[in-house]
Amino acid sequence: MLSPLAETIFQFMMRDALLGLSIYLTLYTGMFSLANAGFMAIGAYGSVILMRQFDWPLGVVLIVSMILCGLIALPIGLPVLRLRDIYLAIATIGFGEVVRILIINFDKLASSVVGEPVVLTNGGAGISGIPKLAETWHLLLFLALTSFFIVRLHRSRFGVAMSAIRQDERVAATMGINVVYTKVVVFALSAMLAGAAGVFDAYLSRAIRPNDYGFTQAVNILAYAVLGGTTTWVGPIVGGMALRALPEMLRFSQQFRGVLSGAVLLVVIVYLPGGLVNPAGWARLWQRARGKLPPGAEPSQAGAD
Amino acid sequence: MGTEEFLQQVANAISLGAIYSLFALGYALVFSILGVLNLAHSAVFMWGAFFGLISVIEFKLPLLLSLPVAMLGAGLIGVVLDYVAFRPLRNRNAPRISQLISSIGAAALLVSVAQLVFGTQPQRFPFAILPTAPLEGLPFRVTLIQVIVLVVALLLMVLLNILVMRTRLGQAMRAVAFSQRTASLLGIHVGGIFTSTFFLAGALAGVAGVFFGLTYNSILPFMGDQVALKGLTAIVLGGMGSIPGAVLGGFAVSGLERFSVAIGGSDYRDAIVFLILFLMLLVRPQGLIGQKEQTRA
Repeated sequence: MLSPLAETIFQFMMRDALLGLSIYLTLYTGMFSLANAGFMAIGAYGSVILMRQFDWPLGVVLIVSMILCGLIALPIGLPVLRLRDIYLAIATIGFGEVVRILIINFDKLASSVVGEPVVLTNGGAGISGIPKLAETWHLLLFLALTSFFIVRLHRSRFGVAMSAIRQDERVAATMGINVVYTKVVVFALSAMLAGAAGVFDAYLSRAIRPNDYGFTQAVNILAYAVLGGTTTWVGPIVGGMALRALPEMLRFSQQFRGVLSGAVLLVVIVYLPGGLVNPAGWARLWQRARGKLPPGAEPSQAGAD
Repeated sequence: MGTEEFLQQVANAISLGAIYSLFALGYALVFSILGVLNLAHSAVFMWGAFFGLISVIEFKLPLLLSLPVAMLGAGLIGVVLDYVAFRPLRNRNAPRISQLISSIGAAALLVSVAQLVFGTQPQRFPFAILPTAPLEGLPFRVTLIQVIVLVVALLLMVLLNILVMRTRLGQAMRAVAFSQRTASLLGIHVGGIFTSTFFLAGALAGVAGVFFGLTYNSILPFMGDQVALKGLTAIVLGGMGSIPGAVLGGFAVSGLERFSVAIGGSDYRDAIVFLILFLMLLVRPQGLIGQKEQTRA
């Protein structure tokens, strides 16, 4: 089988595939939301605190944390999803920052409310000494179930509605699609997936800090989906896994990871707008390289119009 | 809260607001003329601070001379940014979300490169050259740095206003902001206007970076994160793409921030600013003084 190091890398690759899928759902519905890192933080902290308080097994904690993320996403999503592209991006970046600051200050806030010292999130230092409970088969099973769910979703009426909203929201509304309902449900599903990835993150990395879930993480998650491409659900999985595995394979230090993530975003969006998993884009690039296609023809891409 | 402390917070808010305004002006310039949000602006800000620091420490320039150096350096980074991250997408007529993503990529790249070059430890201006002594004869503590920041910032804002409203370049910029197609039909070199816009935005970010570094005397690759969202909040408050709005927004953000410190919520000052951002986007996305944006969603 795999060496312990390779197995750990593989586990993180699957976590990043989950994160890629979580932002894929919103991008596929035409929503440019960067809230995933915030929900990841809620999932990670929620699961650790729940397990410490109630001593539940990992499976129960996972499900409860996901429901928690979904429930938080509903009241956030209802007003915020009225916003579009840049405005939605700014608002969701703001949401992520508020989550991070609240986690840092949660103990102080709770202590002043309860009247006695409370230690739950442990401020900026974060929680360490979390048992490594997540196993490879947990992640494999969860990733497989999620993929199955997304495939079924795409074939359902709801999935068609998602795609219709991305292509043209007004036309979709005219065709009788409940745009608000669809968007909010997708936002909640995306939050639940990000929360699940946060749970796995906590029980894989064994230590969580609020700053691990800041803007940098939000950018990384976006990079997974953009690298893989958002025309199919396979894209974000490939993108997440590739972007996690690449620095490990190249034996990069931690500092080069940011260079890689940034360069990947830049190069892929400029030269390969459909991402890695996008046959039409590759064909187009090949034709352009052979000089058969005039530059300036833009292939249609999911989540970007 | 006593009058003295109130005046103190007002003084701090004004000097900090000048920095936020300079920074937010760059966002607003690019947004009004190109219609895109440049999320790498905070990375340019950070590089500007390092250019200022290097010119003082390595080249022994006086503090005030480090400002034009930082402006030039950061302005050039802004131009490179345009050529690398925006121009290819613009030429392809890519959706503006693609340009947002490429600017995020450029930001990550610029910050990581700074980390490799300068390390992750905060660096400081030498204390000997910093005029940190408080001015005398005032009821509150104001340092010479704060005065310099305010004066230079106001001067730059006036210059920017003259540039945009009274020169041929400014006229061309406004024409391009109004309609790129019409402007190019009138013989305006639109690409050149974009380049100068990015240079101007970068230069403003560069001064803001040096001022921010001087105020807190701590310069590190992640310092852009501290202002990125505040700058965004400022332009959202002032109305995206409005130049006077960006100035107003910058002072409003610093006012809010200092006010929440004064009433005892210093841990939550950022959360409060972002909460305002959130509410503002929902209730009045065109900003306090802006007009509704007429675009196909």
